[in-house]
Amino acid sequence: MGDAAIERWSRQQSVLHRRDARAKIGALFAFLAAVSTTSPDSQIAFAGYALLLAAVIAAARLPFPGLLRRAALGLPFAAGFALLLWFSGERARALALLEKCYLSAAGALLLVATTPMPELLRALEILHLPRTVVLVIHFLYRYLFVISGQARRMRWAASSRGRLQFRSAAGALAVLFARSSARASGIYQAMLARGFSGQFPALAPPRWRAADAAFLIAAALASAAVRMAL
Amino acid sequence: MPVIRVRGLRYRYPEGAQALNGVDFDLEPGECVAVFGANGSGKTTFVLHLNGLLEGEGSIEICGLPVIKQNLARIRRKIGLIFQDSDEQLFLPTLIEDVAFGPMNLGMPPEQAAARAQKALERVGMGALLNRTPYHLSSGEKRRAAIAGVLAMEPEILVLDEPTTSLDPPGQRELADLLRDLPQAKLLVTHDVFFARALASRAVFFERGRIAAEGTVEEIVARFNWTPR
Repeated sequence: MGDAAIERWSRQQSVLHRRDARAKIGALFAFLAAVSTTSPDSQIAFAGYALLLAAVIAAARLPFPGLLRRAALGLPFAAGFALLLWFSGERARALALLEKCYLSAAGALLLVATTPMPELLRALEILHLPRTVVLVIHFLYRYLFVISGQARRMRWAASSRGRLQFRSAAGALAVLFARSSARASGIYQAMLARGFSGQFPALAPPRWRAADAAFLIAAALASAAVRMAL
Repeated sequence: MPVIRVRGLRYRYPEGAQALNGVDFDLEPGECVAVFGANGSGKTTFVLHLNGLLEGEGSIEICGLPVIKQNLARIRRKIGLIFQDSDEQLFLPTLIEDVAFGPMNLGMPPEQAAARAQKALERVGMGALLNRTPYHLSSGEKRRAAIAGVLAMEPEILVLDEPTTSLDPPGQRELADLLRDLPQAKLLVTHDVFFARALASRAVFFERGRIAAEGTVEEIVARFNWTPR
């Protein structure tokens, strides 16, 4: 999540970036439902989903190599199960598992890469994800950059005094934890100073346009069509 | 009537260190006072008492209101604290939301809070950056955004803890110009003698948890040899 490239992509302009985050979340779910229920034998359907994704990536004017590489990050987790299936003779299912995993990751990535985090979180909240969960994601996202910056500076400081060793790395982790906890209490004090009383207020909700509905319906129909026809 | 009135303030940290040891202090309306003192002399601890974040012995009144639990909500709209680390003060996804956080906590409807936030951001020269995320800003912009977050609550007093930390010289100049134009009474906790000279008409010097001396900035600087070289 703390990926600066994805953050930058999410603030570009395109027909997909302009869509309401709720429409994109809905479209993603339709796509995931179609992919996950596709029969392992129907390789042509997976090609169809890939084409669909490619069309959307092109429409969103995102760079193919960077996006496709990041979507592969989830593959090692699925690879273990795929290997098991492969060696128990279920080669089609092993291949399909990897394909489904990759397509799903690419779809989810596409949502994050075309939607600024604040809009995404607001949409999740409107869609009744519990406020606490939304806030936890938000704070994680907001301070991931701050804490990773702190970790980087500590690593620089350590390596400019020699090689960073495992033992000192463990100690550094403890210091990082202590600093993060001190920062958390600093943030809380700053919130109290501005009258925080336990309730997080939210500004105006986003507007839902006809184009958003059209996008959602088109995406759902396209996913369903690939699922049924191929 | 002073906007801040502190009498006999004492505080001991739970770990046992005596941080404040009988502080008496007044801040008059419109006045700007610099707070000097060595690291660990109690300056920040003092400031955290002014809006009730820490609770010590003695009495504090903000605009005539005693700092006690029942008054905290009213006191926190009268006195705006700007912290040393702006990253800790800017925690919402976009600037406009962050600056509107205070007014929303005052119970304002969203449109009105957003209008207040916009006005405050324009006041600090950041009206064009409403929808930016805080971590994409420079240090100077973050500091001004943090000030906007406090101004949006329309406080009568501004308290700034080390406001020039991590600002480049032009950033420090801009901040001084901005603060000079703001009508609120101000308390500047700082090591920066140049900055204090530019803004403060009076200075106090903290030593071992109490105010050891007060006078003009020049008097205090001369008496404690309070310059970097």
